[in-house]
Amino acid sequence: MKSQTIRRWSFVHTWTSLICTLFLLMLALTGLPLIFHHEIDHLLGDSAALPTLPADTPRLDLQQLVRAAEAHRPGEVMQYFGWDEDEPNGVTTIMAKTAGTEPNSSHTFMLDARNGQAVELPSANGGLMMVMLRLHVDMFAGLPGKLLLAFMGVLFVLAIISGVVLYLPFMRRLKFASVRRDKSTRLRWLDLHNLIGIVTLTWCLVVGITGVISACADLLIAAWRTDTLGAMIAPYRDAPPLTELAPATRLLEIAAEAAPGMRPDFIAFPGTRFSSEHHYAVFMKGSTHLTSHLLTPVLIDAATLQVTAVGQRPWYMDAMGMSQPLHFGDYGGMPMKVLWAVLDGLTIIVLGSGVYLWWVRRRASLKTEDAR
Amino acid sequence: MKPRSSNFWTVFGIPVLIALLSAAGLFAALLGDGAWDALSWVGLGIPAALSLRGLLGRCHG
Repeated sequence: MKSQTIRRWSFVHTWTSLICTLFLLMLALTGLPLIFHHEIDHLLGDSAALPTLPADTPRLDLQQLVRAAEAHRPGEVMQYFGWDEDEPNGVTTIMAKTAGTEPNSSHTFMLDARNGQAVELPSANGGLMMVMLRLHVDMFAGLPGKLLLAFMGVLFVLAIISGVVLYLPFMRRLKFASVRRDKSTRLRWLDLHNLIGIVTLTWCLVVGITGVISACADLLIAAWRTDTLGAMIAPYRDAPPLTELAPATRLLEIAAEAAPGMRPDFIAFPGTRFSSEHHYAVFMKGSTHLTSHLLTPVLIDAATLQVTAVGQRPWYMDAMGMSQPLHFGDYGGMPMKVLWAVLDGLTIIVLGSGVYLWWVRRRASLKTEDAR
Repeated sequence: MKPRSSNFWTVFGIPVLIALLSAAGLFAALLGDGAWDALSWVGLGIPAALSLRGLLGRCHG
């Protein structure tokens, strides 16, 4: 590699990393507790504890659950029902003043599917973990915050790529994983920066890129609404607003018939950003491990309960679905979570050592200039 | 200076192998539980172990 080329890549590496470092440090620090949010909620007693009832206890139908939810929060309307394998007896319920209310102003709780009892989920609506999540997702700045973080993620990916290019000239005369400890602190940290940087390459790229995709989720959902959803509900464009909804009772059966072999993930009630003004949207997921992250919406007319359409999935919604596990690290048991945390910590070390190396070089070159 | 190609694989041989193992591990756990998860622990465990060895180890190299 020519020295001119090395200087150029070095410039790219220095500046892409310096610009994104503070944001990446914040993301890495807030991401650490989020890896274990399930366990932390449990420890704090913030996770739903449903009573143990006989296994054959009958379950309420969906319309009965809707009524239970409305009784629990009078004056609010249904936005979503969601299902989670971890709590087969519970239905996650999200309500707000209007169906179109933005997610951060909604209220999330759990309904016991057997008796309609509401169980509060404090950590889903506030508290320390929610602060961590909001910092991590948008720094409390809404869409501009998300897009800024997405841009920082792109810089991070560029920093990784330029770092890999620079690995070659730096390591030409060194054996893999050699750390020179006896020369100087700078050389020791340079070697550690190179070693940790290169071995965590795949993980950092995957978490970085999936983070960027997730940060663009609002834009992807908006695109899906105009493209796919828009085409599916075109006949309803001029239909008058609904005054009353048909009961939700059989939504799951109707959706299961329309999308055989799939399982329900969540229902979006009419008027939310995942449905239309005239439809219930039942989002079905695949039944294998891999396809359980890919969602297919079944649009059900909220007046007649006829299936209007079974949605096609555009590629970017699949990319968004697959990004989630790959970003959260929640799909390989506790050992994976621990490794995720270790790799997160190692990323912090690479970021910190990078700033240190830049600082030491800068001070050295300033000194040489002074000496002249 | 040596020709670039031989240089490339001496420097990048092991890192490429580690990168591929990590990628395989990340993908494997998406496919199932049990053994599939274990593959991801190996794939991500290698980078973690090598880094920690570098950070904590004494003089070797």
